[in-house]
Amino acid sequence: MLPQRQPDLCLVFMKLKGNCHTGVTRALHERDIEIQGDLMFRTLSFSMLAFAASFGAAQAQTEIQWWHAMGGELGAKLEEIVAGYNASQSDYKVVPTYKGNYAETMTAAIAAFRAGEQPDIVQVFEVGTGTMMAAEGAIYPVYQLMADMKEPFDPKGFLPAVVGYYTDTDGNMLSMPFNSSTPILYYNKDVFAKAGLDPETAPKTWGDVEAFSAKIMETGAAKCGFTTGWISWVQLENLSAWHNQPIGTLENGFGGLETELTVNGPVQAKHWENLAKWQKNGVFQYGGPGGGADSAPKFYAQECAMYMNSSASRAGVMANAKDFSVGFGMLPYYEDVQGAPQNSIIGGATLWVLQGKPAEDYKGVADFFSYLSSPEVQADWHQFSGYLPITAAAYELGKSQGYYEQNPGSDIAIKQVTLNAPTPNSKGLRFGNYVQIRAIIDEEFQRLLSGEVDAQGALDSLVKRGNELIREFEAANG
Amino acid sequence: MQTKRTIFKNRGLPYLLLFPQLAVTLVFFIWPAAQAVRQSFLREDAFGLKTSFVGLANYRQLFNTPEYLNSLHVTLVFSVSTAALALVTSLLLALSLDRMIRSARIYTALLVWPYAVAPAIAGVLWWFIFNPTIGVLPYVLAALGYDWNHALDKSDAMVLVVVAAAWKQISYNFLFFVAGLQSIPASMREAAAIDGAGPVKRFFTITLPLLSPTTFFLLVVNVVYTMFDTFAVIDATTEGGPAQATMILVYKVYRDGFIGLNLGSSAAQSVVLMGIVIALTIVQFRFVERRVTY
Repeated sequence: MLPQRQPDLCLVFMKLKGNCHTGVTRALHERDIEIQGDLMFRTLSFSMLAFAASFGAAQAQTEIQWWHAMGGELGAKLEEIVAGYNASQSDYKVVPTYKGNYAETMTAAIAAFRAGEQPDIVQVFEVGTGTMMAAEGAIYPVYQLMADMKEPFDPKGFLPAVVGYYTDTDGNMLSMPFNSSTPILYYNKDVFAKAGLDPETAPKTWGDVEAFSAKIMETGAAKCGFTTGWISWVQLENLSAWHNQPIGTLENGFGGLETELTVNGPVQAKHWENLAKWQKNGVFQYGGPGGGADSAPKFYAQECAMYMNSSASRAGVMANAKDFSVGFGMLPYYEDVQGAPQNSIIGGATLWVLQGKPAEDYKGVADFFSYLSSPEVQADWHQFSGYLPITAAAYELGKSQGYYEQNPGSDIAIKQVTLNAPTPNSKGLRFGNYVQIRAIIDEEFQRLLSGEVDAQGALDSLVKRGNELIREFEAANG
Repeated sequence: MQTKRTIFKNRGLPYLLLFPQLAVTLVFFIWPAAQAVRQSFLREDAFGLKTSFVGLANYRQLFNTPEYLNSLHVTLVFSVSTAALALVTSLLLALSLDRMIRSARIYTALLVWPYAVAPAIAGVLWWFIFNPTIGVLPYVLAALGYDWNHALDKSDAMVLVVVAAAWKQISYNFLFFVAGLQSIPASMREAAAIDGAGPVKRFFTITLPLLSPTTFFLLVVNVVYTMFDTFAVIDATTEGGPAQATMILVYKVYRDGFIGLNLGSSAAQSVVLMGIVIALTIVQFRFVERRVTY
C-alpha cells in the first residue's frame, strides 16, 4: 500500500525541500497521456527483447515474467531478491519488469491478458483482489498451482491476518502474499517533550489524540496535532476493523458478490464527524486524496506532531526525520466502543499467477514462490522495507537475530495486526470495483471537510454510490 | 470550383497516393472509434472473459448518474472559461505587441516558449506553484488573507486548472493573433484615426471584425483543446478532484476505463464525448462561420 516508488527525482527533491512528495513523482513519471500507446510500445519493445534473448540465452532455461509495481529502492531490493533466486538454480530465470504504479501494473496485465501476452506473475494491490478473484478463467490459484506442481506448501505457516485477506471462503489461498503492511501511528518525540508530554508514551485512544493535540497546540510545540495518509484505508477501513465494525455485509464481501457496504454505522459516523471538527480547529490537517501525498511533509516538517500511515512508511519516516526522534504506536481507538481494539487489516500487494502459459513456466513459478516465502528472504525484505513478515518463521528469525530489540517500534505493526484473532469484520474486505469505491471514499470525505455534508450524509452517500458499483460488478461477473 | 482539377491518366495512381493517409486514418482513428462504439453496447468484466450485449444500458445509466451530469457541467464551465481566458489574454498580448517596433521579435519568441513545454510538465509546475503545503502562491495568498486550498475548495481547484490549461494555450493563440493583426492593412486604421475614431472604437469596428477568421479558427481549436488535450494538466494537478469538481469528460473516460476497468461505461462516455465535439464543430462551422467576415 505504500511507497510504490521513490524515484531519483524524488531524491533530488528531498535534497531541495527536505521532503519528498509521492504526488510529484506521480505526476512526473507515472502518468502518461498516451497510456494505450505507451502500453503498446512497452509490450512491443518487451517482446522484441524477449525474442532477442531467446537466441542469446541458454535454451535450457525457462523464463518467468514477473510484472511488478515496486519502483525506486523497493524495486532495487526486489531485483536483488530475484537475482538471488536466479543465482541459486539454473533451470529458471525470473525476469522482473517494472510496469508503473499499482493501478497501471494491474491494467497492463489485464490488457496483456486480453491480447494473449500476459506475464506469468503479476503484482496486484489489495483493492484489486475482488477483480482478480472474480476472473476465474484468468487466474491460476496459488494453492492449486502448488498442488499441481507438487511443491511443498503450508498455508498455515503464513500469518493469518495476511493470508485471510487472500483466501476464498473455503480457506484456499488464491494469491501469494508478498508485500503487506498495516497502518500504524508515528509521533514526534521532541514535540511531545516540548509540549510537556511524556515522549515515551504514544496516545492510545482518540481521546488521548485530542488531549495531546490540544496541549501541543497550546504550548506552541507544533501547529497541528495529527495528519494521516490514506483516508480510505486508515480512517475508514481500518477504523472499522479496529473497532470490530462491519465494512460490508456477507463478511465484508468475502461471502459473495451480493455484498453491500455498511460503513455508515454510528462508530464511523462519529469518527468522521470528529475528523471534520478537528480539521476546523486545526487538530487535524488533511493530506489529500489517495495516499495523502501532502501528509508526510507535514510530519517531516514538524508541522504536525502525529502521523498515521503504513508500517512500510517507516523507511521514509526514518530517512526524513533528521531533526527529531520518532516514536511508534498502535492506531488509536474509541474506548467506549465494545470490542476495540480488535486487530487492524492489511494493505499492500500479492502475486497473482495468470493462466495460459506452458506447464514448464508454472513449475518455475511454484519453485520461485517457495524461495520467496523462505524465512531468510522474507525476513530480509521485511526488515528492509517495513512490510510485514508474511510467515511466522520470518518473524521468529527476526526475533532470534535481535532485529526488533535493535529497532524499537519495528514490531508494532505485527503486534497490531495479530492483536486478536480476526473476526468476520476484521479479516479484510473484498468488493468488486473497489478501486473506484476508494475514489468515492476520498470524494465524500472532501465533501465532508468542505462543509457540504455532515458525516452521516457523506457516509450514506458513499454507501449508496459504492453499492451501485458493486451491483454493476455483480452484473458483469455474476 | 472545378478549375484546378488534375487529371490522372492511371486510375489507380490517385488511390495509391492517398493510401498512406487513408491507412493512418483508418488504423488510428476510424478503427478505435468503431471499437469504442461496439464496446459501448457491451457489458464485460475486466479480463474479457464474460461479455454480454446490453443495448443502450450503458448510455441510460450514464445519464441517470449525477456524477456524469456533474462532469458535463464541469466540462462546460472549464471549456468556456479556459477558451475565453486563453483567447482574451493572447489577444491583449498580440495587440500590445502589434504596437512595438524593435522589440517585437524578442517578445514573440518569449511568449511562444510555453507552447514547447509538455502539458504534463506544465501541470507539475502549476502543481508546485499552487501546492497548499509547499507552494509559493498559497503562501503569498495567505499573507493577503486568502486561504488557498485546491485540495478541498472546489472553486480554487477550478481556477487552478483553468489557469494552467489556458496558460498552455496562450502561446498558440498569440501566434495566430499576431499573424492576423499583421494582415490588417495599416491604412484602414490610419483612415479611421484621421476620421477621429479613438483606439477603442478602432479596435471594435475595424480590428476585431477583420480578425474574425482568426478568432473563429482559434475558437474551434481551443474548444477541441479544452475537451481533449487538457488531460495531462488535470492529471498532474487535481486528478479530477476535489469531489469531482474538475472531473472533465475526457478525464472521467480515463478514470472509469483505465483505473476503474469499467470498459462499457467508459466506451459509452467516449462515444458521447465524440458526439459532443462533432456537434460543436458542425455548429461552429455552420452558424458561427456565417458571421465571420473573410
